[in-house]
Amino acid sequence: MIVQTIVFYIFAGVTIGAAVMVVAARNPVHSVLFLILAFFNSAGLFVLMGAEFVAMILIIVYVGAVAVLFLFVVMMLDINFVELRQGFLQYLPIGGVIGLILMIELIMLLGAETVAIPKTLLATVPIPPIEDRTNTAAIGDVLYTKYIYAFQAAGMVLFTAMVGAIVLTLRERSGVRKQRISNQVSRRRAESVELKKVEPRDGL
Amino acid sequence: MYSLPDLVPALPELWLAVAGMALLMVGVFSGNRSTHLLIWLSVVAIGSALILVLYVSPQSSNSITFSDMFIADRFAGFSKCLVLIGSALALVLSIGYLKTERIERFEYPVLLVLATLGMLMMVSANDLIALYLGLELQSLALYVLAAFRRESLRSTEAGLKYFVLGALSSGMLLYGCSLIYGFTGSTNFTAIASSIVASPTVGVGLIIGLVFVISGLAFKVSAVPFHMWTPDVYEGAPTPITAFFAIAPKIAALALFLRILVGPFLELAGDWQQVIIVISVASMLLGSLAAIWQTNIKRLMAYSSIGHMGYALIGLSAGTVEGVRGVLVYLVIYLAMNVGAFSVVLCMRRDGESVENIEDLSGLSQTNPMLALAMGVFMFSLAGVPPLAGFFAKFYVFMAAINSGLYVVAIIGVLASVIGAFYYVRIVKIMYFDEPRETFEKPIRRELSVTMAVAGVFSLFFFLYPGPIINQAQYAALSLFP
Repeated sequence: MIVQTIVFYIFAGVTIGAAVMVVAARNPVHSVLFLILAFFNSAGLFVLMGAEFVAMILIIVYVGAVAVLFLFVVMMLDINFVELRQGFLQYLPIGGVIGLILMIELIMLLGAETVAIPKTLLATVPIPPIEDRTNTAAIGDVLYTKYIYAFQAAGMVLFTAMVGAIVLTLRERSGVRKQRISNQVSRRRAESVELKKVEPRDGL
Repeated sequence: MYSLPDLVPALPELWLAVAGMALLMVGVFSGNRSTHLLIWLSVVAIGSALILVLYVSPQSSNSITFSDMFIADRFAGFSKCLVLIGSALALVLSIGYLKTERIERFEYPVLLVLATLGMLMMVSANDLIALYLGLELQSLALYVLAAFRRESLRSTEAGLKYFVLGALSSGMLLYGCSLIYGFTGSTNFTAIASSIVASPTVGVGLIIGLVFVISGLAFKVSAVPFHMWTPDVYEGAPTPITAFFAIAPKIAALALFLRILVGPFLELAGDWQQVIIVISVASMLLGSLAAIWQTNIKRLMAYSSIGHMGYALIGLSAGTVEGVRGVLVYLVIYLAMNVGAFSVVLCMRRDGESVENIEDLSGLSQTNPMLALAMGVFMFSLAGVPPLAGFFAKFYVFMAAINSGLYVVAIIGVLASVIGAFYYVRIVKIMYFDEPRETFEKPIRRELSVTMAVAGVFSLFFFLYPGPIINQAQYAALSLFP
């Protein structure tokens, strides 16, 4: 038990430190690297909770795809980050007030009475103990059966997002040389090779 | 073991999803030349979905499917019919516009079909997850449609503004949903309702969650104080898309409002009524006061729609069957009036360009008397002058408010509609008594004159035979109450 607690504090501490550094780092590339560190440590926290599926997804999706995409964006776009940060002090008071209000609300919620969830509600899809069934299998049990509607609807949302992104960004540029495979394949010898009769000592 | 869910109640949605993907394939393979064909095919697809809603899906009984996430009852059927009609009309209105503005791109009808699918899913949601997914599907398609004229600065600004504020509202909605889930133990509406009935006291957390959900939905119906995006987005978006924004998403979001507040949270009516009353009164007042200073007709219509949402919410604040019926009748009439008014706005073209200033309408009665007459009918109807349809829309919600003792709200509503009448009637004055300007382009496209005529006849003669619509609205409202 004590080991678990120590590991928890290590993961939690590194996560918070890394998160602070994401905002504080001067070099944007360093920010993204710290973000990846924060993701890894949050994944560790998930493993401690017994949610190994979410931990793996966090690493595969967020570190593997999202963070790498961020790195590309940061490196490819020429954004002046110093200029972006100049508004920080200006927005600090209002941001601080909003943060404070949220904090107070959260504390109020924590103080609110807890509601005992009726047993009948939980019984519809009982969560199996970790020893019996792993997370991944337990999610697989319901994802394509009980939640098939939500799953398919999420698919439609992603589909719309994809169509929308293409609509807003794809533009036909004229004057760009493209490979046209059909043209290449349909070339005939007669169109492309010309036989010239060259007289000796005359040149072309 | 697990058995396949009953797909029949969800047939319209399944059909629209498949049709949307098939239409996209047609577009991808035949390019932007096929836009005209695709628009008509989409109208056919939406029309077939309407037939499915009316005749195939068992709307008469409350059929619940997909492990209780999806509900098809008479209320859903009624709202779906309105949404589908609104979407089909918006598509028809776009035909000429896309051609003249040279934005004929095949994704346009596909995105509109996907947005319609999202709205149907919203209307049929019986679960917080289903609610959110439907709302998000609808909103994503709408953000893109608002920015559809990529080369126009105003259109992109509209899309971006809508997107940022929409993301904010989705965040609020999700936060509210998570609180509701936390305090009731379920995302399912039926289970939420029984959990609220079962618990002796109502938790503060649950109320806070409900208020967050109301705020998120109020953004979608652009009710005050979440209306700020409306005028800018309406002004910047392409005009047929503005018409679409004014009609279908409003109907879907208001139906969702009714579904969630009257469904699982009926027990808490005393708590949410105050919130709805404040939102509704503020929307009515702002809608009628702020519109007075507008010079752009699309901005004017934006404020007009804010005001109308305020009137419709009165019916909800009554929290009775009569009130819900009033809201549904309001939506039918609102749909007709807005389709008509936007058809007229789409006719405002001079020298190959759209004009949007109210001043451009001056003297229309002399240059194009029929157009002026149609616009006059819609403006008087929007103002609520009897015996036009708009009067009856307001009449039913005000009656519902009075019958449940909300006298002050009803009086404020009447006052607001008197103030609002000023700017509607001002347009009529400009058309009939000001010096004529250059005439608008002639001839008017055929589909515009047809929609105008149908909407005009509906607005004029609704009072002669209102029975069927009111009966259907009554059944729909009854099915919502447990």
